[in-house]
This record gives sequence, C-alpha cells and structure tokens, in this order.
Amino acid sequence: MLKVEDLCIKIHDRKSTETVVKDVDLEMNRGDILGIVGESGSGKTMTALAIAGLLSRHDMEKSGHITFEGINLLECNRKVLRKLQGYEISMIFQEPLNSLNPIIKVGKQVEESLKIHTTIEKAERKERAIQALRDVELDNPEAVYESYPHELSGGMRQRAMIAAAMISQPRLLIADEPTTALDVTIQAQIVELLKKINKERGTAILFISHDLSLVNTLCERVLVMKDGLVVESGNCSDIFNDPKEEYTKGLIAAIPKNPFDIA
Amino acid sequence: MDRTKKLKFIIGLSITGLIALMTIIGIVKTPYDPCAMDGAAKLAGISLKHPFGCDQFGRDILSRVLVGVRETMLISACVVFIGVFFGTVLGTITGYFGGWLDEILMRLNDAVLAFPSVLLALVVIGLYGSGRYQLIAALGIAFVPSFARIVRGEVLKIRNLDYIQAVRLYGASHLRIIVVHILPNLKTVLLSSIIIGFNNAVLAEAGMSYLGMGVAPPAPSLGRMLSEAQAYIFSNPLTAIFPGIVIVIMILGFSLLGDTVKKN
Repeated sequence: MLKVEDLCIKIHDRKSTETVVKDVDLEMNRGDILGIVGESGSGKTMTALAIAGLLSRHDMEKSGHITFEGINLLECNRKVLRKLQGYEISMIFQEPLNSLNPIIKVGKQVEESLKIHTTIEKAERKERAIQALRDVELDNPEAVYESYPHELSGGMRQRAMIAAAMISQPRLLIADEPTTALDVTIQAQIVELLKKINKERGTAILFISHDLSLVNTLCERVLVMKDGLVVESGNCSDIFNDPKEEYTKGLIAAIPKNPFDIA
Repeated sequence: MDRTKKLKFIIGLSITGLIALMTIIGIVKTPYDPCAMDGAAKLAGISLKHPFGCDQFGRDILSRVLVGVRETMLISACVVFIGVFFGTVLGTITGYFGGWLDEILMRLNDAVLAFPSVLLALVVIGLYGSGRYQLIAALGIAFVPSFARIVRGEVLKIRNLDYIQAVRLYGASHLRIIVVHILPNLKTVLLSSIIIGFNNAVLAEAGMSYLGMGVAPPAPSLGRMLSEAQAYIFSNPLTAIFPGIVIVIMILGFSLLGDTVKKN
C-alpha cells in the first residue's frame, strides 16, 4: 500500500544545506502497524510529514519516491494530493493542546474532512461526527460535539483528534508521538484505542515515538532511526531480543524496567 | 479583572458611550444651525441659551462641537475601516504565504510606516485638494501599515500551530484555511488595535483640521475650532476650552477602553 524508497530531505538554510532524512526505505501493507523510534532530531517526524504531504515547498528539497496505492506523492499534482490528504491519509499530532482550533466547536472540527471531501448533508455529517466521537470511547459524544476545545481534558482532546482523523475511514493513519504529552494511564488507553481501530477497520498505522516500550506493545515491525538514517529495522520481537546495533542496544537499555528501579 | 482595571473599563466605556451619544445628536439635531451667525451673540459667554457660549461670529459653540464630534467620528471610522480592511488583507497574505511576496510587501509597508503621516496627508491634499474624502484617503493609507504588521505577526504565529497543519492535512484549500480557521482567531487582537486605532485617528483628524487640511469652512470641525480660537484665547478662552476638552475626553475614553481590552 505504502512504499517509501530512497527518501532524502534536505533543508536549505541561509548558507548551509542540511540533510535531515537520508535514504529512508519503508514499506507498509494494509492493516500493518509500523513503529518508528529514535531520539529527537533523528528525522522521524520529517519522514512522517513528507508522507502526509505537509512539508512546505520553500527551502526544502525532497528526492526519492513515496508511493501510496500506486501514486507517487512527491510528484503528483496538488489536486490528486488533496484528494488523498485527510481522506486516505490522516494524521494525529503530538500536542493535543494545539491540535484543535480554540474557537471552533469540537464537532465542527471532527466533521472538517467530510465537509471538504464529500457532499454529505449537514445533519448526516453531524450524525457521523457523533458516531466517530462515540467510536473513540468518549462519554456523552453529543455534549463533546457541542463543546469548545478548552472545555475538554488533554486525553479527551486527543481522542477527539483521533475521531477527526478517522471519520473518513482513511487507509493510513500517521500518529506522530500521539501519547508524549499525556500521562501514563491515558497513554495506555490511547494505545489500546489505536490497536482497536487497527483491528476493527484494518487501518494501517505509522506510529512514531521515542518510547520503545509503547512501540513494543503496539507494533509488529519497527524502524530505528538516528541522524536521518534507518539504522535497524525488522520485527519488533527480534529487535528487542537481539538488537544488532549499538544505538538500538542503548535505546533498549534506557527503558526503565521497574519504576522503583531508578535509583 | 482587578478593581482598577474594572474601574478603567467602566470609565472608558461610559466616556465612549457619551461620545457615541454626542455623535448621534450631531447627526440628528443640534440646538442651533452650527453655521448660523447671530450678530448680537458674538463671543457671548455661558448662558442658558448658549451653554458653551458663542464664537467670534456668534455661532453656538455647543452645536458646532456636536457637529464637529460627528465629523471626527465619521472620518475616524472610515480611516480605521480602511486601515483594518487593507491591513488585514495585506497581513494575512504576507504572513500566510511568506516568501518573496512577503519581503516585497513588507518592505513597502515599512516605507509607508517610515513616512510621516502629516507629510503623506500633505501630498494627497496637495494633489487632490483639501476636504473630507481626501483626508480619509490620506489618513487611511497611513493607517494600513500598523494593522498589517499586527495581523501578519498573529498569522505567522497561528499558521504553524498543529490545528492548521491538521486542517491542511484534511485537504482544506488555502482560502478555507485563511477564512475559516485563521481570520476568526484574529478577533481579540484586532478588537484592541481597532480601539487604539480610533484613538490615533481622532488625534490625527483633529491635528489635520487644526492645520486646515480637514473639512472646508464654514463646516465645523474640532481641530479648526481650536485654530480659529487662537486669536481669542486670552480675551475669550471659552472658544478654545470646549472643543479642546471634547478632544481630550475622546482620546481618554478610547485609551482607557483600549488599555483594558488589550490586557485581557
């Protein structure tokens, strides 16, 4: 379904050119959950934004191929890209505080992609938005539909974001550190929710995180990135049990085994 | 809101309300025709017939002040509207799209901002003659850059937030992102700058008409009433005091209101 080959992203600053993603290859089939792990600045988010088509054209050079269902996303024209964006490919972000517009009702924002891509009537849109909110296990979805983002907690907002991303039944959901800003219990709930969505609807999920233990519970396969390069990739259990690279070993060693173990 | 701020807000609001009332009276009906001369009442003092006294031609100062306030408010409203409208358009385009368009438009903006507005007004009035519409055009142009800057800064900030990224991902067009998702977020910033803009516009209008670049005589205007009263300021200070006080009160009201709205 999704194939990324030799993806390179270069950023032209005023004087120097910096390569932030180097020759990344990845492949995903329907229903896959692929994890990308790595430290800050390793190019995880840039890869995800490139797949989502969100990188601006200014000061940036992209090369390689990103093929989604046979369409090259880096070269196709804007109209084709816009049809795919948000309808076939969706994304949720790291910071639930910033990812909803503060002055528009949550329900209207959940509906946004239906409004842009379909000609569905207003009443039916509302019904589907409420259903989407119910699907992400929010209590009282009718009330959430009518509320503004500041009236919701962080976890509720992230659920609403997932509802907005999933309302069009996309084939690929990119989750860019969706749990980083949430506390541990909510994290576990969100991961469970993503698992459920993946199982029930067959949505492929590209899960980006720096938390290896979360990746281990959710993903089947994992890519380890460092400085824009994929240093290791393969099945989650293989990599966890038998890491080849020093960097991966270091990352695994950094997982706290037991919360009381720190000292 | 703490107590001093609340007090400021209430005072500002009541003064602005009073100005609005004066504007309405100026539009509907004044006690006398502001241009009617009464030879018997030249430089008359305060009386029941003429609460603010009369000027050197025996015209009722109260009526002239009311019409002057109306004139100032109408001109200021037009000036602020021009500034906000073009400033928002310019600021949104430059802030949202960036790139070379941003560079060119903002440098032009800086050029207008650097140009003294009195000089700019003189150029316009020199080319097209003095009068209400020329004054509105001249001040309007001078007001665009500051609004453009404020809006641009705000748009730059909002543009990079995740929710704009999210709607971009959902496939929203640039127009939809700007109109539906960015512009409504500018409301609070614009409200305070509109009030402060009013403040500046009132001052600028009074200054311009003081210099004789406003509405043509004999139509009354606050600024020109002050300049005409200069000759009588020691013998008959009433002619200068009332228009002066009204200008001060207008500025005070808008400043107080703008101050409290800004900090919230």
